[in-house]
Amino acid sequence: MIYFDRVSKRYGPTTALEDITLSIAPKEFLSIVGHSGAGKTTLLKLLLAEERPTDGSVFFESVDVNNLPLSALHHYRRKIGTVFQDFRLIPNKTAYENIAFAMEATGRSDEEIASDVPYILELVNLADKASHFPDQLSGGEKQRIAIGRAIINQPDVIVADEPTGNLDPVNTYEIVEILKKINSMGTTIIITTHNKGVVDAIGKRVITMDAGKIARDDAGGKYVL
Amino acid sequence: MLLRRVWIAGAKNFVRGGVVSAATVLVMTVTLGIISFLIFLSALLNFTLDVVRDKVDISVYFVNSASEENILAVKDQLVKLPQVAAVTYKSADDALVEFRTKHANDQLTLQALDELGYNPLDASLAIQAKDPSQYESIVKFLDSSPTLSAGGTSIVHNINYAQNKESIDKLSLAITATRQIGIAVVILFGLASILIAFATIRLAIYTSKDEIAVMKLVGASNAYVRAPFIVEGVITGVLSAVIMSVILWPITIYVGMKTASWFSGFNLGSYFFSHFLIIFGILLVSGILLGAVASMFAIRKYLKV
Repeated sequence: MIYFDRVSKRYGPTTALEDITLSIAPKEFLSIVGHSGAGKTTLLKLLLAEERPTDGSVFFESVDVNNLPLSALHHYRRKIGTVFQDFRLIPNKTAYENIAFAMEATGRSDEEIASDVPYILELVNLADKASHFPDQLSGGEKQRIAIGRAIINQPDVIVADEPTGNLDPVNTYEIVEILKKINSMGTTIIITTHNKGVVDAIGKRVITMDAGKIARDDAGGKYVL
Repeated sequence: MLLRRVWIAGAKNFVRGGVVSAATVLVMTVTLGIISFLIFLSALLNFTLDVVRDKVDISVYFVNSASEENILAVKDQLVKLPQVAAVTYKSADDALVEFRTKHANDQLTLQALDELGYNPLDASLAIQAKDPSQYESIVKFLDSSPTLSAGGTSIVHNINYAQNKESIDKLSLAITATRQIGIAVVILFGLASILIAFATIRLAIYTSKDEIAVMKLVGASNAYVRAPFIVEGVITGVLSAVIMSVILWPITIYVGMKTASWFSGFNLGSYFFSHFLIIFGILLVSGILLGAVASMFAIRKYLKV
């Protein structure tokens, strides 16, 4: 489903990724681990077409992501739901509006929005905080809203960049449980993390990155650096 | 549906923007204030130039023997000239009455006039040109006109153009120069105010740059991200135009009261009220255009995610 073909990425003299070849199957739950600066985030940015590879290509199904014209980019991104370490909610929109925005942006009708958003808020356990603004929510709540936003358009893939990086153990556990639930419903999930507990709790494929290269690739992996 | 969403989103952003929105409106209002000042300045300039121009004319004095019929024939011809704005006939009797009223307190002069026993004043035509530079051609027309020399001798006694020529030329030059300087000032201040409005809206949008990046990553098209910001710009423009018009109300009345006598009768307050619709229209259109165009340009940079 996703295929990195001999991808390298350099920022000036610094090499962020070197000759990465990687394929990810549908419905997989992939954890990417590694030290800071190992290239985990760069890998995700290339998949989201936020950055272009210096060499090689990134394929989503049969589409070469980095050859997409600017006008088609937003259509492509709707297939991927993104979750960030710093949540990245829109500060002047309520929890409800943050999730609804992702649907509005894809041109869904008011009726669909009115029926889907409350359902998702229920799923991430925040139905009672619908009218709160992000600065009125805790870190865990913000991240659950961000996940709600990521899944509202039923994307094929969820990409989560250190989603538990700013959260305490209880919230971390909740986020992992929600992600597992989403994966069990058939969505591919790619997550980067520093957290051993998270990887071990997921217990699925683990890729270990080191200095821009893939150091290990374990099918039923544990967290090993 | 899309349009309604964009408007609602823009209006919500504007209201929730709080201090940033208020600051943008404030700066935009100042910008529109500068534009109103320029409108008033050019109105005052035009008014003053018109007043000065109306004071200038040339007079053609006719010999005593010229009949009123002949003089009016000349007047008819002059009125038909494209350069001529107005021609006023003053008979010898009228001139005498005017002379007496003017010197009512000057017994010596009146006595001398009485002793003379007849009216020494000439009948005359006062001619106003549409533009001061056209007097010369009017004088040329008079010089060559055959009506003026009916029966062989000219009925013209004197044209005071030669005495007035120098001041007419100077005035002509001054009017052109004032207009050019006026246009330069308008362009300069106009540009400055546009730049200020642009810079402010850029700053306002800069505070939203992370938000714009998130919208893009969530899959919103450029147009869908941009539109609410343009709506915000338009709201800012409309609000500023309304505020400025309300502020101008008392200001123009006060300034008009205080300055009408200096400006040879130009009253800012009555000018504002008689031209309210057009002034408000200019402010509204400027505000909307500035807001929308500035937003459009300012956001471009942040859409490249």
